[in-house]
Amino acid sequence: MILTPARVPYGFRVWRRNWTVFRRFALAEVGPLFVEPLVVLGAMGIGLGAYVTLGGDESYVKFIGPGIVGGYSLFAAFFECTYGSYTRMAIRGLYEAMIATPLSIEDVITGEVLWGATRSLFSATVILFVLSVMGFVDSPMAILILPLAFLGGILFSSMALLVTAHAPSFWTFNYAITLGVMPMYFFGGVFFPLERYPDVVRELAWVIPLTPYVAVVRELVAGSLSMTTVWGLLYLVVLGAAFYYLAVARMKARLIR
Amino acid sequence: MVQVGSDSQVAVGVDSSGASSDVKPVVARSLVKEFGDLVAVRGIDFEVRPGECFGFLGPNGAGKTSTMRMITCASPVTSGSLLVNGLSVQTQGRAVKSIIGVVPQGDNLDDEISVINNLRLYAGYFGISRTEADARAKTALELFQLAERADSPVDELSGGMKRRLLIARGLINEPEILVLDEPTTGLDPQARHLVWRTLRRLKDQGVTMLLTTHYMDEAATLCDRLIVMHEGRILAEGTPPELILRIAGETVIEAHSLDVGALDRIAEHLRDAGAEIEQTPDTVHAFGLNGSDVAESNVPGAQIYSRPANLEDVFLRLTGRSLEE
Repeated sequence: MILTPARVPYGFRVWRRNWTVFRRFALAEVGPLFVEPLVVLGAMGIGLGAYVTLGGDESYVKFIGPGIVGGYSLFAAFFECTYGSYTRMAIRGLYEAMIATPLSIEDVITGEVLWGATRSLFSATVILFVLSVMGFVDSPMAILILPLAFLGGILFSSMALLVTAHAPSFWTFNYAITLGVMPMYFFGGVFFPLERYPDVVRELAWVIPLTPYVAVVRELVAGSLSMTTVWGLLYLVVLGAAFYYLAVARMKARLIR
Repeated sequence: MVQVGSDSQVAVGVDSSGASSDVKPVVARSLVKEFGDLVAVRGIDFEVRPGECFGFLGPNGAGKTSTMRMITCASPVTSGSLLVNGLSVQTQGRAVKSIIGVVPQGDNLDDEISVINNLRLYAGYFGISRTEADARAKTALELFQLAERADSPVDELSGGMKRRLLIARGLINEPEILVLDEPTTGLDPQARHLVWRTLRRLKDQGVTMLLTTHYMDEAATLCDRLIVMHEGRILAEGTPPELILRIAGETVIEAHSLDVGALDRIAEHLRDAGAEIEQTPDTVHAFGLNGSDVAESNVPGAQIYSRPANLEDVFLRLTGRSLEE
């Protein structure tokens, strides 16, 4: 079995390695962490937003705020567990070094997923901070976005590691971004309400893992929970477990011969 | 798997003093490794004794690295049994890996962190506490003459320093068995001798060592016993002097010439004198004679001399002189 709590302390040893490296470069990372979402909020929210009317009296920039939380959680985990993990695995040989110790490949992948989820958490924290300073957060319930970001991060990191497990080179990730990440970002309910879609497409949009995540973030920011949050969370957990399992299995197939 | 267990019981029982130090560090029985249709290891048996340096020699593709990778639990056993300190690599991988240290052939140091953090974090992978890891890291850096570079980035180290750091890292869990894959490949002679000195000191401290190498002088100077592998099988096993005497004799007569006719005549003469001959386009090796046959075998246009047989002769006699890749 791979999904056992006993795995977590071993995975944490790998997490600690990545945390040690991150701390060294933390100053270089914190700046972009703030700047990127501000650019999107500024360009899309204030620039484009001037031409956008939503149903109620809600401003567009306020609407996309939770979407940006979602989008950047996805980006943080995805970049960490593709470019970052691939570098550690294929360029630096760190996975090989780690599995020569009592750590197994399952532990290593678990640690990488936990670390990717941590990066999601960092991104969500920064953006949530910015949003609340701007007065776009209505409910203290929004603090629950932080554990949610970690949960979403587990899913996004596992998806990314599944790509990494099959990647022959860094080029693979460019395709994954063009064909996977960006469509999720644009169609996952970040920039416009799903109600815009015809009924069939609206249902299909829920297949995109980012959709339930953004939907739950919206409800937490607004402070009004519905069954959407229940189903959304359930979906994230089930999908997260499935992708985690797949990522471990495919990495094992790639690395253990 | 079942007879695996019973084998281990026998192995323990033979030395039955009961102390764990009497358990054989490595016992392989009918060990097989297949990669799809390719059979890398074809059912080999060997035992490593406590405290010895045990060498794996063989050309590339002989199966030594596959064997080493099974011992270090990096690669699953296809069939047969493999016990490390009485533990099965198939079912007790975590326990096996906690008592061995691995020094890989390639540099897989963590070059995003400093020299000392490489040791600290690697100790962390073993679950060694931070304070203990820190203490061990500092001791190791002193021991391996790297203390001044503790805070340097890894990529500023020379090849020899990196190799020493890899060995220091492999020792951070105070292993009972140290596994070294070509530990001095690519090093200059000074760095090689420093590594050898380090390894001899470790052997004196009772660390069992497994070693692969392509350098016969390295095998001769470090290994107590060794096996020569070829095409997935073990061709010979013994101490270096034993193997030399048994397979190459005491003296080798060697003749060089670009004149094939001259070489043919030398070979014929030596064969008549009772030697076993190996001939390549520009060289004749004669085994089983002593140096007195040299002078009378000489032919104009060739150089001929006798020298003591060495491990390289053993290696080449067993595995052939042609490149097989």
